[in-house]
Amino acid sequence: MTAEIATVDIGPTADELAEGRRLRRRKRLTNLAIDVFLVIVSLLMLLPLVFLVANAFKTPAEMLAWPPTILPRDPTLANFSAVLGETPLIRWIGNSLAFAVLSTVAIVATSAIAGYIFGKFRFGTLNLIFALFLATAIVPFEVYMIPLYFQAKSLGILNSVWGLLLGYLVMSFGIFLIRQNVIHSIPDELLEAARIDGAGEFWIFLHIVLPLLRGALGALAVLAFFQAWTAFAWPMIVATTRTSYTIEVGLALFQTGFTVDLGRLSAASATVLIPSILLFVILRRNFVQGVASTGLKE
Amino acid sequence: MLKRKRFIFAILAILPTLAIFGYVRLYPIADTLRLSLFKWDILSRNKPFIGLANFRELMGDHLFLDALVNTTIIAFGVLLLTIPMALVIAALIFHRTRSRMAGFYETAVFIPHVVSLVPAAMAWKWIFDARLGPLNALLNFFGIPAQNWLFDPVLSVICIIVLCSWQALGYAVLIYIVGFKNLPVSLYEAAKLDGASGPQSFWFLSIPMLKPITLYVSVVTLVSGFNVYAQAFVLASDAQGAPGRQVRVLVLDMLENSFRNYRVGYAASEAVVLLVIVLVLTLIQFSMLRERGRI
Repeated sequence: MTAEIATVDIGPTADELAEGRRLRRRKRLTNLAIDVFLVIVSLLMLLPLVFLVANAFKTPAEMLAWPPTILPRDPTLANFSAVLGETPLIRWIGNSLAFAVLSTVAIVATSAIAGYIFGKFRFGTLNLIFALFLATAIVPFEVYMIPLYFQAKSLGILNSVWGLLLGYLVMSFGIFLIRQNVIHSIPDELLEAARIDGAGEFWIFLHIVLPLLRGALGALAVLAFFQAWTAFAWPMIVATTRTSYTIEVGLALFQTGFTVDLGRLSAASATVLIPSILLFVILRRNFVQGVASTGLKE
Repeated sequence: MLKRKRFIFAILAILPTLAIFGYVRLYPIADTLRLSLFKWDILSRNKPFIGLANFRELMGDHLFLDALVNTTIIAFGVLLLTIPMALVIAALIFHRTRSRMAGFYETAVFIPHVVSLVPAAMAWKWIFDARLGPLNALLNFFGIPAQNWLFDPVLSVICIIVLCSWQALGYAVLIYIVGFKNLPVSLYEAAKLDGASGPQSFWFLSIPMLKPITLYVSVVTLVSGFNVYAQAFVLASDAQGAPGRQVRVLVLDMLENSFRNYRVGYAASEAVVLLVIVLVLTLIQFSMLRERGRI
């Protein structure tokens, strides 16, 4: 029986082989064209930042050169030393860093607890509160920041890291993200088993739930850090003394002065950009996971 | 008994977060709504209730209407520029998922979205700079006269749209790639067997199937477009070096009314207008999604 089938099965004809080769070659060519296009797009996206960093090392004369050079001919650190001498740049970076780290800690802590409770304790009241959390998520920060400013003022924490932090203590999306993760990746049976063994609720949260949420919390942490690091409108109104500026505000106000030249601006910007790009490249997986999950709200 | 104990734990655990949330979210949102109905100029002690007078005044306020028009143009400009480009780039990156370069493409397109706004805007300020910028140099090279990009009222709006799109693109691409990954492979195989080419299945399969994603990304892009502030602040300084005056946007107008003119109630009514815009956009998104679900 099997032998009979084998004799019927003749191989592909020469024509068919040629056709296959032709199709494969066409596919390779298409892919090559796509790659070329995507490389060009990628480079165009990066070009402004590359130029910014390059300009930071250029002399005023070279900044005018056409075509603009990517590798400065005679690199100079004059722009950097000028900026560091004229502005408390390091102080501003420190302010931003303290603000971003504290905000990350606050958001991760509140989201972990609230996400767990909303995910596993299905009481009517809690569901109602969760709906409230979600509903306010669509209200942009800019809408309620003026009343919040007066709250910060009455607390006496304007022009300090604590004032900055007030606007970035909780994140509705973070709570939502952790709740989804709790529902999908922590089985009820596990919690029940621990309870039968006599574990307290708080012990369960600390020793069972938190370790299981490590991945999601990591993604959220990266998201929260960059959110605070790049904040602009809120720091702009809350931190208005030269020593309390965040780096974003400091740079933005620095550039409005008259005497400022683009070389120094680029140097100041590069000082901020390079570490944050490095950090992003290192944490890319976490970040992409976090941002991608924002799209899956529905 | 056990259930009650658990309920108490849940309430105790949620209480601190709830308190913070109430203080930094619910209260200021409610306060915005309340203040919009009052005349409160920081300097005076009394805050009389004036109903909808603030909103009536807004309708005739040239600066506000200017800001509203500019912001709307920017938001929709960014939308029109970003969504089609993001869709095509995401489709191509998804097509090359298995190549070694995919990670590089994703990172390169996404980096503008994560870097701090102000330094990134600084890069573009140089590009657009009338005297030093490479854009004018490039135009000269082709014999086109140099333009005063950042000081011309129309061109400066275009500059802001370009900057915002450059930043928004990465996010849209990323969400679209997730969308592509979730589309059923079998459908594409069936289309291929029926002789559909790559562009055909992109046009007739991917675009309709990704409609919910397109809706979501569009609303997110529009909402962040309506909240534009830093970009206008950095790029569009007017000739005297005063930031953001050249292209007036909603958030700038609001902050100016509140902190320069000390008219907090009036600024709050502007915030309410912003909120209404965002709510309407979100409602449109939901109703369009539901419509699609019914078919």
